[in-house]
Amino acid sequence: MSKRRRIISVLMENEPGALSRVVGLFSQRGYNIESLNVAPTEDDSLSRLTLTSIGDDLAIEQITKNLNKLIDVVKLVDLSEGSHIERELMMIKVRATGSMREEVKRSVDIFRGQIIDVTQSTYTIQLLGDSEKLSAFIDAVGESIVLEVVRTGVSGISRGEKILKL
Amino acid sequence: MEMLSGGDMLIRALADEGVDIMFGYPGGAALHIYDAIYRQDKVKHILVRHEQSATHAADAYSRVTGKVGTVLVTSGPGATNAITGIATAFMDSIPMVVISGQVPSDKIGQDAFQETDMIGVSRPIVKHSFMVQNPADIPEIVKKAYYIAASGRPGPVVIDVPKDYTAPNETYEYNYPESVSMRSYNPVQKGHSGQIKKAVSAILAAKQPVIYIGGGAIHGNTPELVTKLIKTLGYPITSTLMGLGAYPSTDEQFIGMLGMHGTYEANTAMHKSDLIFCVGARFDDRVTNALDKFCPNAKIVHIDIDPASISKTIAADIPIVGPADTVLQQMLPLIEKGKDKVDSAALESWWKSINEWRQKHGLYTKNRFDDQSEMIKPQEVVQAVYKATKGEAIVATDVGQHQMFAAQYYLFDKPRKWVTSGGLGTMGFGIPAAMGAQFAFMDDTVVCITGEGSVQMCIQELSTLKQYGLPIKIININNQALGMVKQWQDMNYDGRYSEILYEDSLPDFIKLAEAYGHVGMKVTKREELMSKLEECFAMKDQVVFMDIYVDPDEHVYPMQIPLESVGDMQLSKTERTA
Repeated sequence: MSKRRRIISVLMENEPGALSRVVGLFSQRGYNIESLNVAPTEDDSLSRLTLTSIGDDLAIEQITKNLNKLIDVVKLVDLSEGSHIERELMMIKVRATGSMREEVKRSVDIFRGQIIDVTQSTYTIQLLGDSEKLSAFIDAVGESIVLEVVRTGVSGISRGEKILKL
Repeated sequence: MEMLSGGDMLIRALADEGVDIMFGYPGGAALHIYDAIYRQDKVKHILVRHEQSATHAADAYSRVTGKVGTVLVTSGPGATNAITGIATAFMDSIPMVVISGQVPSDKIGQDAFQETDMIGVSRPIVKHSFMVQNPADIPEIVKKAYYIAASGRPGPVVIDVPKDYTAPNETYEYNYPESVSMRSYNPVQKGHSGQIKKAVSAILAAKQPVIYIGGGAIHGNTPELVTKLIKTLGYPITSTLMGLGAYPSTDEQFIGMLGMHGTYEANTAMHKSDLIFCVGARFDDRVTNALDKFCPNAKIVHIDIDPASISKTIAADIPIVGPADTVLQQMLPLIEKGKDKVDSAALESWWKSINEWRQKHGLYTKNRFDDQSEMIKPQEVVQAVYKATKGEAIVATDVGQHQMFAAQYYLFDKPRKWVTSGGLGTMGFGIPAAMGAQFAFMDDTVVCITGEGSVQMCIQELSTLKQYGLPIKIININNQALGMVKQWQDMNYDGRYSEILYEDSLPDFIKLAEAYGHVGMKVTKREELMSKLEECFAMKDQVVFMDIYVDPDEHVYPMQIPLESVGDMQLSKTERTA
């Protein structure tokens, strides 16, 4: 069975310990987590967690079943099963001196990013997109000038009328 | 409205929940709770000698009654000592609530005396856990804990209570909720009717069917329904270690336990079947053997309350998520009154094959061990115990060869009589489990079948047995070695006995039993086995420790051959399936 990257979006009780149950489940059962992010929602009692994992259909089925078994998990959806939008934010600090300053700026424009902090020898750039685009940007400017990378991990939402809500 | 302290609320909530007995051990962080226990008489507290025993006793109490077991321990070492018992209950889906004291809330995280992150340590082995954040929440948390532990797929729940939240100086309005609803927890109430119809036609179309039941058949209170199903269909039934007793073992249609030490006929029938109808079992590795060789021609119909148990190791063709009793109730009328009928010609020839397997290598058509040998065989001990107790005892075991012999030779005709650690395989389970079972049924005969290895892991409970006058009978099948490990070393390590012998250091179990105020008896000869056992079981009010010396070289057979199919077995030291 072929392995695919999945985006699983989880609504869970905003309770102490809830996040550790989710993360613990992954290490306990040997599932991989590519990225994970979590934050409160408009409803104070709920957090929304998005995680990406790579696995075949059986593995992902087990992951969603076991997540659903956690008492703190209220609802979840595998966004990759349907049409969806995914975004990730990256802040990246690069060395930018001499002719490189212009070159990097051009790449930032092409990728529709913004330079959000400048020193004489560095740029700090903000870039939004799907994970592939962010990785492509790093390749474009060249790893040799990259000083620091911070990525939020993927957030996702279904397209159209479909919602994940209580 | 009644005003109570946190500690009083906790114990009062247990009483209102219907808890009549709890097993525990006091300590600093639990002192306010223990003071609350002192001030009431509704919930009886049993003082064990080690927290592990408290969890095993509560677990066994639950296994024999179907009620939720209750444990109370203190923080730190009290809590960590309970871990093995919580994991044991978790693996076998036993409902249990474990209340652990915690250091005062303002000291949490400061490495205070006897502080352990109990919520963190227990996280992977609990169904859920609660850290009390506000004493006023205690009644609701207790209600939720018992609800979660007992419903759906049962399991242990931990409640961690900081000491200051149980202090007597502050009181709160006490009100025990009558019911609880949780938006994030709604166990399935019945099976999908479309799936059930599909399952029924697959089951009736089968020519070589096997019904395979597990612990879920007992937790799901299905024994009567399973019996009705089997009698209606006329199909053969096998059971996992955990499901023994859900269907009468002495009935003709029961083909014995399956799996690693299952019967030849059960494992062979599974392997050759064209349909497996599984009720409340989980296709675990002690049943399936190599997954890629598992029952190649079988269509799988699987009922389980836990969706994650379905298609975890073996993909189900027709999965049904739901409580076993309700699903079987939905199913039975369709089988009885539907237009599809059992293929009786096919079934007859299927039974003919099964009966041939029974005659050839079955455990119950003749003794498959040397019953004329000079030394007592462990199998004979279990047969003799079965006879002496008329098959009606509650049997708790430890873990190892004796456990498998007990499963093979003590034929349970009723559910909730068999108390064994299946999933986790916890040595030390036996005595405390027998203790918990005896508390539930003071007038019943409770036997602990154990070995000289396991019994030493919780032997301190001989003292608890004395304190509460619990007359359990300990059958120590003494082969002077860690027998199951020895068997593996014989079979897979050319008999290199690494660390399984005691070198004459075994205690004199008779003197030990006497030191605790019990009766000890030693048996070394075959001809005295039965009479000594009868003597033992006649001592109704005494703990009797029977130290029975058996052949140290006996192996448990059949035994599945690693990496092969369900049906590939070693049948004796020299014989294996083709």
